Amino acid sequence: MKIWTISLKEFRTFFDSLTAYILLVVFLGLSGFFTWISGSDIFLIGQATLQPFFSVAYWTLFFFIPALTMRMLAEENNSGTIELLLTKPVTDWEIIIGKFTACLMLIIDALILTLPFYISVAFLGNVDNGAVISGYLGLILISSAYIGIGLFASSISNNQIVSFLISLFIGVFFLIIFDVLASDLTGIFGGVLNYLSLSTHFQSISRGVIDSRDIIYFLSISGFGLILAATSLSKRNIID
Amino acid sequence: MDIKVENLTKIYGTEKAVDSISFNVKPGEILGFLGPNGAGKSTTMKIITCFMAPNSGDVKIGGHSINNNSKDIKRKIGYLPENNPLYLDMPVLEYLSFVAELQGVEKDKIQEKLVEMVMLCGLEEEKHKKIGELSKGYRQRVGLAQAMIHDPEILILDEPTSGLDPNQIIEIRKLIKELGRHKTVILSTHILPEVEATCDRILIINKGKIVADGTSESLRKQAQGGGFIRIKIDGEEDTDKLFSSFMDLKSVTKVDPSKEDKYVFNITGGDGLTTQKEIFKLCVKKKWTLLEMTPVETKLEDIFKELTTN
Repeated sequence: MKIWTISLKEFRTFFDSLTAYILLVVFLGLSGFFTWISGSDIFLIGQATLQPFFSVAYWTLFFFIPALTMRMLAEENNSGTIELLLTKPVTDWEIIIGKFTACLMLIIDALILTLPFYISVAFLGNVDNGAVISGYLGLILISSAYIGIGLFASSISNNQIVSFLISLFIGVFFLIIFDVLASDLTGIFGGVLNYLSLSTHFQSISRGVIDSRDIIYFLSISGFGLILAATSLSKRNIID
Repeated sequence: MDIKVENLTKIYGTEKAVDSISFNVKPGEILGFLGPNGAGKSTTMKIITCFMAPNSGDVKIGGHSINNNSKDIKRKIGYLPENNPLYLDMPVLEYLSFVAELQGVEKDKIQEKLVEMVMLCGLEEEKHKKIGELSKGYRQRVGLAQAMIHDPEILILDEPTSGLDPNQIIEIRKLIKELGRHKTVILSTHILPEVEATCDRILIINKGKIVADGTSESLRKQAQGGGFIRIKIDGEEDTDKLFSSFMDLKSVTKVDPSKEDKYVFNITGGDGLTTQKEIFKLCVKKKWTLLEMTPVETKLEDIFKELTTN
């Protein structure tokens, strides 16, 4: 179980280096503020729904995850510890998957800590439990897509800030730019861009519609990111 | 477990970092890898440890090629990379147990191994600290401990004593020598006395090519026939006469008048002892006083310099 060893080590490192605490506080603080106090919050809508939380988390995770993933490979490349890791009997893939699961575990932890939001809302009225479960599933899926992008960004640079910015840059395309372009364009091109846009897929899943096409979409972004990260890790072996 | 390196070549861009080198390391041998900076030492080590693939050539470890069995091979190697990279955020013990798990040490033996390594590397007082809080010498020990934790048959150490103080260097050398009795060790360094003190065999590499291979004695013999004899004569004014009579001796091949003192000569002969006897007999016969006669060995530094500068 080399993957598990690696992800456990990464997970511990989050807590050893305080990253985890800071990010958890920031994530819970921001999403709590926008869900409950900001003005356009749950009380304004007047419905017992977690919808506002999901759309806030959609954005906070967008910043939160690159901050987690940025050091994962960039720091290893920079300090040379990648050499230490790759000369142990593990494959490139075990390293990438191990790091991916560590990030995802922390995100799931963060999401579990938002359960009081659900409990509060459940006290206020009748909650559509199906929509809540599918919303959380949506957040986990979108997180895995962000982590895939983030790990790729981290693998191509030795500098953590650069990899943070690269993953935001790539993320912005999926989050906003494809969406905006799709609304201006029609035909096949517009359709493709609309399909590529994260928000289209997230909206339906956060409303409670679990469609296998959405799941495939999120998983393929994440998988594609991981494949690119593994490729860039193995480029040391490329012979020209 | 033996290591066979066959025609290994690694090219970075247009530069040949390692140029078709071949050598063997026997089980239980300590091989010193010597060379100026950028000679290709680290690159060779990175290939042997399966970190990088070579452009051509092969490395066989215990008969297994690095191209096919990299996972099995990695398990048998303990590696201390150049500059000793470590996870600075991790506590020493946590780090060592992480490495042990990666290396596939059995769960119930990890604790035992950790205790052993902490003892062996003298980490007792520092074991609960974060690696980032340790001094360079202790970090180096952590690096060695992680390389040895799974009791590998092969140890590859890239500059194991860099950054240590003289006492620590002696300790680490002792440790390597002790380990070398049961393991195959390759260590690289550019500290010359270090290879003489620890290694059974020396390999000098320059610009990606092997320029010398042998024990320190055999290297000395190879370079300038094992040194020269320095003598100082009194009782004869004519230096030309001195020069020619030394040249006439049977075993002498070269007579070099010293620049500082005209009565001092550096004499090179086929066999040191015979030449010394001949010089002595000559002096007795001619009634010259022999003020000094010192056999001077070629230093490893000189061999190194000769082989790596051109």
